[in-house]
Amino acid sequence: MAPESDSSWKRLAAEFAESRLAMLGLMLLTVVVTLALLAPWVSPQNPYDLGQIDIMDSKLAPGEASASGKTYWLGTDDQGRDMVSGIFYGLRISLMVGVTSTIFAVAIGLAMGLAAAYFGGWVDTVIMRIVDIQLSFPAILIALVLLAVLGQGVGKIIFALVTVQWAYYARTVRSSALVERQKEYIEAAKVLALSQPRIVFRHLLPNCLPPLIVVATVQVAHAISLEAALSFLGVGLPITEPSLGLLISNGFQYLLSGKYWISFYPGLALLVTIMAINLVADQLRDILNPRLRK
Amino acid sequence: MLAYTIRRLGQSLFVLAVMSLIVFLGVYAIGDPIELLVNPQADAVERARAATALGLDRPILEQYWTFLQQASRGHLGTSFVYNVPAVQLILEKLPATFELALAAMVIAITFGIPLGLYAGLHPDSLAGRAIMAISIVGFSLPTFWVGLVLIMVFAVQLGILPPNGRGETVSLLGIPVSFLTVDGLKHLALPAFNLALLKLSLLIRLTRASTREAILQDYIKFARAKGLAPRRVIGVHLLKNILIPIVTVIGLELGSVIAFAIITESIFAWPGTGKLLIDSINQLDRPVIVAYLLVIVTIFITINFLVDLLYSVLDPRVRLGGAAAA
Repeated sequence: MAPESDSSWKRLAAEFAESRLAMLGLMLLTVVVTLALLAPWVSPQNPYDLGQIDIMDSKLAPGEASASGKTYWLGTDDQGRDMVSGIFYGLRISLMVGVTSTIFAVAIGLAMGLAAAYFGGWVDTVIMRIVDIQLSFPAILIALVLLAVLGQGVGKIIFALVTVQWAYYARTVRSSALVERQKEYIEAAKVLALSQPRIVFRHLLPNCLPPLIVVATVQVAHAISLEAALSFLGVGLPITEPSLGLLISNGFQYLLSGKYWISFYPGLALLVTIMAINLVADQLRDILNPRLRK
Repeated sequence: MLAYTIRRLGQSLFVLAVMSLIVFLGVYAIGDPIELLVNPQADAVERARAATALGLDRPILEQYWTFLQQASRGHLGTSFVYNVPAVQLILEKLPATFELALAAMVIAITFGIPLGLYAGLHPDSLAGRAIMAISIVGFSLPTFWVGLVLIMVFAVQLGILPPNGRGETVSLLGIPVSFLTVDGLKHLALPAFNLALLKLSLLIRLTRASTREAILQDYIKFARAKGLAPRRVIGVHLLKNILIPIVTVIGLELGSVIAFAIITESIFAWPGTGKLLIDSINQLDRPVIVAYLLVIVTIFITINFLVDLLYSVLDPRVRLGGAAAA
């Protein structure tokens, strides 16, 4: 059941806090999101303002100070950009792409899944057959094909990520809606002669949300990781929108000469972000799953 | 069973036909390859001559029709860049990709199933928890970043393993393979481990979950009550039952390993099909992209088809008679 009153929210929060690992994840996630949101204000420099970077400072090692006396804690890249600032700005783009694509994919998947479960018949068959076919191919392959066709760009990668993700939500929503549809409260609503939209949106929908929330949390991490992989392969974001994946890709060519920091630290930031989301999602799954209730 | 097999085969062919149309139309909508292939100083006449030679001046439906006719005879066009048949290019690179994918699967299976079994039998022990922690980390780590770290540690810092290439190969039944030479094995080690990590984590989780579920079943209790040795209860009764879902997942994951090899091959400059695909996308070499996708889609559909059949053979509970199997 969807938590509606304050007390059930409090109970969920208390259950969430039972796992120290999950709390650590939530804490890390808060830090990451805050840094991403406040990047323009907390970064030591704006790495994409040519007036603020100095090519003479390029490829400095972490902790090294430049001729002008500035210290770069995580070093600089080939253009002399401060890695700390680059990572903050990169987080911003990575999170934006991951969250935006997930929101769109949830909306589409929710609509498709509810339609499939509520109407049944050929609507169900058509939607679920598309879902089946799509899920039998790995996401990275579909996204790669789409981007090979569409080219680079923020809108395009969001489109590709939405395309590969909606099917998971459609399947999740359909299976929980099918179960909920059989329950007495839906029957009661029908007996009360409530309108179809009202039954679907006020009664069926809220009760299908908990499993969807869990899948969506995990999928944000997947979306971020997938975007990074695609950008690393050079088919994702353009160089004007440097996400973490693009920063890693940029540093890759200097790796063999021992200049590890240009791609290592952005990767570490990516890892912390994904891990934090996964820890939170794991705990959410446990507390929202009625079968695991003590 | 025969009716099911035929219907399932029909479905597979339908998916293949739809995919070929999508792939063709999609890929042929990308920018103009003439721009890349012809000397920038070429005049309009020269461009037109190049377009005619490559068949790019025909209407797109006619191009698709020609493509289908050629495809049915095994020709998927000639690479714009290398000027050799695209299928030949793909087939030349395919053994390298298969070798990498199989090596990764072998690593994942040899370590994943025993570790998952242990964690499932001793969920609260320190080692059991440690195994689960490793699998969570393995899930979270982005493949390409692990690849970078492996290169950083083993190739740059320690200098014990080579960072790229395939190394020395020997011919096995006419196919060049790396795993039979020491140099080849050294080259294979890092990319294979990199590709295996995700599947390793998946197998640990899956085996652990199945074990924990199976251990509570009556047949295990009964086998124990009969006084069978623990080794036999686990090795025969438990393993036999949990292997059904595991074999299915391994089969299905083989396809995804081939797809994920795109990333690993790019990082370790492993000369397989994935690297070829990325190079072709960057060079707008359409015939190679189309050929790669069709070959991969065919491999996928074949794997899914075989796994479905295998599943119904392995597990008599799966009765496929009247059910609309997907």
